[in-house]
Amino acid sequence: MAMLPLAAARLSAALLVMLGACTLVFLLIHLVPGDPVDAMLGETARAADREALRAALGLDAPLWQQYLAYLRGLAQLDLGTSLTEQRPVASILAERLPPTLILATASLVLALVIAIPLGLLAARYQHRWVDSLAMGFSLLGVAVPNFWLGPLLILVFSLLLGWTPVSGMRQPGSLILPAVTLGTGLAAVLARMLRNSLLEVLGDDYIRTARAKGLSAGAVLWRHALRNAWLPVLTLIGLQLGALLAGAVITETIFAWPGIGSLMVEAIQARDFPVVQGTVLLIAALYVLVNTLTDLAYASVDPRVRAH
Amino acid sequence: MRWLLPAGILLLWALAALIGPELPLTPNQIDLPQILRGPTLLQPLGTDDLGRPVLDRLIVGSRTSFLVALSVVSVSLVIGVLIGGLAGYAGGWLDLATVRLIDVFLAFPGILLAIVLAGVLGPGLDNLIIALAAVGWVGYARLTRAQILSLRRRDHVLAARALAVPAHRILVRHLLPLAAAPLIVEASFGIASVVVAEAGLSFLGLGIQPPAASWGSMIRDGVAYMLVSPHLVLAPGLALLLVVLAVNLAGDRLRDRLDVRG
Repeated sequence: MAMLPLAAARLSAALLVMLGACTLVFLLIHLVPGDPVDAMLGETARAADREALRAALGLDAPLWQQYLAYLRGLAQLDLGTSLTEQRPVASILAERLPPTLILATASLVLALVIAIPLGLLAARYQHRWVDSLAMGFSLLGVAVPNFWLGPLLILVFSLLLGWTPVSGMRQPGSLILPAVTLGTGLAAVLARMLRNSLLEVLGDDYIRTARAKGLSAGAVLWRHALRNAWLPVLTLIGLQLGALLAGAVITETIFAWPGIGSLMVEAIQARDFPVVQGTVLLIAALYVLVNTLTDLAYASVDPRVRAH
Repeated sequence: MRWLLPAGILLLWALAALIGPELPLTPNQIDLPQILRGPTLLQPLGTDDLGRPVLDRLIVGSRTSFLVALSVVSVSLVIGVLIGGLAGYAGGWLDLATVRLIDVFLAFPGILLAIVLAGVLGPGLDNLIIALAAVGWVGYARLTRAQILSLRRRDHVLAARALAVPAHRILVRHLLPLAAAPLIVEASFGIASVVVAEAGLSFLGLGIQPPAASWGSMIRDGVAYMLVSPHLVLAPGLALLLVVLAVNLAGDRLRDRLDVRG
């Protein structure tokens, strides 16, 4: 398939998935037992107040009408109004998105900076102590939960050593601990994947040729093996970015990082459903977008993918 | 030998969870003169901010994580195998609809949907299990469907169909046994992710409610006293780390043993 029809097919599939995702979130919030009006006003509110609020929120209309109104709003990027802040959800999201993007980018860069040398070294010195050390780190990094790593890092680097701020994002250096918390798991997964992918590639004929013509082991690894071993890792990064966004919910909460994730937890605690809905849909949209772009990047790099 | 460490940890976890209620524990006994004590002979892991023994709460918490992991993985597995198996075997529009549904669920990364569901449903053990299972079935459904698709043209299945064996019998007797190995491996890794997810939701205050204990809520409560009493955060976190590590190691071994690619 040529690139352009492929891109059109992938993008329309992504739009269909997002439509389904919006429907799922709508059903989730509207069909689950528990009345948002009760939650907002409390059990003791007067019946007249309840009805007034119900009408103001459009909750008195039949479900299908609410659904259509919701979709019509989404099409115009209107995500409703926050119940606690009385502001459009879209403008709150716009405020809280940049910090999350900064944190996610920093974590990804950090993960790559750790994973690439680790994966290369582990593959180069397979079954030696470097390999064991790298894979030991990988096992630990996958197993350590970020809601434990985060507090530990705060304890050591903020409270005991005083090197970094405890929370927030105003002070210089406040990005370091959240990025480490969020990036460690990703670094562990990527290092392991890169090592295994490299080892698979290293058995191929063209690697033997490169060695036979006298290239050093380092050059073979860096110039020949890495380029081919890179592709599965690229796909994994796309998929893992989702884990990164989901992990941001917990990490941002720990460090009071003012992003989408901490907004979501605040909104859940305040039972501010339009904001909860907005944050989930934004994260899902980002995730679907990244994966669609990864797919397309993959296809443009590797002609073999386009053939299928 | 490579089984020994993970098996030992998992055994200890299961044992603590199962015989915990029989032990003379006082996980909820508030003892204000004894708050934030470090480890002593009587209280090997010290006490928390309400003077409750941390070891007792750790053991009760192991029961929470064990029960949640077991029920979520088994419910998810049954639902996933049912949906994935039917879709893969029936094919046609049913399969197409299932694939679309799975794609929609996969648009929500990790435990994101479970966080929202737990938030909407409200806290509590039952709701926690519902929220995690509602998200957990997807992976098993996808895997089962893929397995069934690759197996349904095998000779023994065609033979069974030629003999007019009913579809549900073919699925249960001739297809699922062959698809079992990858599902078992997936489920074993699934235990680790549910343990982390339970603790994560409880850490966010969306899971187990006080005074019941979860390793996640113990970490959450301990964070405020970290500088004075780091053991409040260290103990439950270490327990969590060891269990997840053991499950992952055991899953790796199982995968090698059952010869599943992954």
